[in-house]
Amino acid sequence: MSVLVYIENTDGQLKKSAFEVASYARDTAAQLHTDVVALSIGQVNQDELHKLGQYGIGKILDANTEKLATFVNQAYASILTGAAQKENAHTIILSNTFSGKALAPRVSAKLKASLISGAIDLPKAEGDTIGVKTTTFSNKAIASVSLQSPTRVITVNPNAYPAKEQPSGQVQIEPYNADLPDSDFGTMVKEIVRATDKISLPEAEIVVSAGRGLKGPENWGIIEELANVLGAATACSKPVSDAGWRPHAEHVGQTGIVISPKLYIAIGISGAIQHLAGVSSSKTIVVINKDPEAPFFKIADYGIVGDAFVIVPKLIAALKAHKGIG
Amino acid sequence: MKILVCISHVPDTTSKITFTNDNTTFNTAGVQFIINPYDEIALSKAVDLAADGASSITVITVGDASTEATLRKALAIGADSAVRVDAQPLDAWFVANQIAAYARANSFDLILTGRESIDYNGGQVAGMLGELLGLPSVSIAKSLSVENGQARVEREIEGGKEIITASLPLVAGTAEGVAEPKIANMRGIMSARTKPLEVIAPIAVEPLTKIEVYDTPPARGNVKLIDENNIDELVHLLHTEAKVI
Repeated sequence: MSVLVYIENTDGQLKKSAFEVASYARDTAAQLHTDVVALSIGQVNQDELHKLGQYGIGKILDANTEKLATFVNQAYASILTGAAQKENAHTIILSNTFSGKALAPRVSAKLKASLISGAIDLPKAEGDTIGVKTTTFSNKAIASVSLQSPTRVITVNPNAYPAKEQPSGQVQIEPYNADLPDSDFGTMVKEIVRATDKISLPEAEIVVSAGRGLKGPENWGIIEELANVLGAATACSKPVSDAGWRPHAEHVGQTGIVISPKLYIAIGISGAIQHLAGVSSSKTIVVINKDPEAPFFKIADYGIVGDAFVIVPKLIAALKAHKGIG
Repeated sequence: MKILVCISHVPDTTSKITFTNDNTTFNTAGVQFIINPYDEIALSKAVDLAADGASSITVITVGDASTEATLRKALAIGADSAVRVDAQPLDAWFVANQIAAYARANSFDLILTGRESIDYNGGQVAGMLGELLGLPSVSIAKSLSVENGQARVEREIEGGKEIITASLPLVAGTAEGVAEPKIANMRGIMSARTKPLEVIAPIAVEPLTKIEVYDTPPARGNVKLIDENNIDELVHLLHTEAKVI
């Protein structure tokens, strides 16, 4: 028995969430009194893989073939399942990234494994089953779920579990390959479009978000500048993406992206229950709103009542002074 | 093209979420149920695709008789027929197996789901269906078009998108932006009453997960209000107290 963790990369660089999930898998293995093995799929060089040693990973399977250079969820699911069987892994851990969301259900169906998405704590053995907590009803409740199959797949939200260094000593990297049928390549990547100058919203540690209080898309300059100063991703409320002021991919809330950054700054967003559901697991929340009765203040850690067009430029200046810029 | 749209019957987004039986059961008293918003997007996409006049749309849900109002709403928006698998949706594995059994017997070209349901938020059914049916799947499609038996899909990735092609049949979970939302008009509402709604018995499947107990998230502390003329104080607190910058 062991714990297998899937390690994701972007263009050969291990993702931040990969180190988080490696830490989670290492701690899960300790909790279940077993070992952890990592699986990397795609083209990642050995130096990059060795970084996992700092996070307690001693053994890495490296599925690095040209056919697997781009993401094909059927083929990746087969590799992951094959590796789990080879390592006799009964717990398989993935990050709940977009690729993790595409892979985990396929892996669980192949293995008839219990699947839990977005775990918020470490699994605990409870008799013959494993129990783990996750959020449900879009963050409005927490469910304790028992995973009843002898094999289970657990996904962990980005930013939900801290990447903690704990060197493993030696790292052993073992090439891993499996013959895959053509039917595993039902999808083909034609093009990848990535805004390289932007920070990815689901993984961002700091998020600056704005709502209808900004009055129009032409006023987003101050939001982007504030995000720049903080190294933050930008986000928006539903009315803003519905109105076409910002792309849908920036909409955070119950029917958009659910995020849990270290710091969430909400500007000109009143805090409808649907919006709060998407951001309430942020560590620290700052609300800037001219309406002192805005419901958002009820879940905020810090609040400023006032006009965003006055406050945000002042905040940018104060942050620049703090960071010693300009 | 034969299109199947999977529908979840979920509490309205404004619902207050409470539990009964020692926090083991979701309290449905006074809760308004709706079509899961993401499934409504999937259905809207299906309506767009079926505008060619040569397609049919079937909607399916797993649930008790109370879900029929939701299915009728889907028929009013534009589905041609509805199927209800008469069982409680015990977990995603149970639901995926029920839908897969129906899909296997009725071969569809395209199976659409929402990217996730807003109650259990697993986002698991699309991928499981793909695996159970031996079909390619896309979990979060931002755009989807079909031409000559090939689908072109934009899949959401961190900080961008991936443009992929897939052969049909395909299972796709849809996200916001994939289609303009469709609203039922009076003609749709009238015709929905007479469109076929078939009730079928579930197949025997054991669920793989069980929710033992629910909890409410920990309450957040009281807000510390900072004067708008003292922004430095906010920066100072974020640095020294919250330690987030």
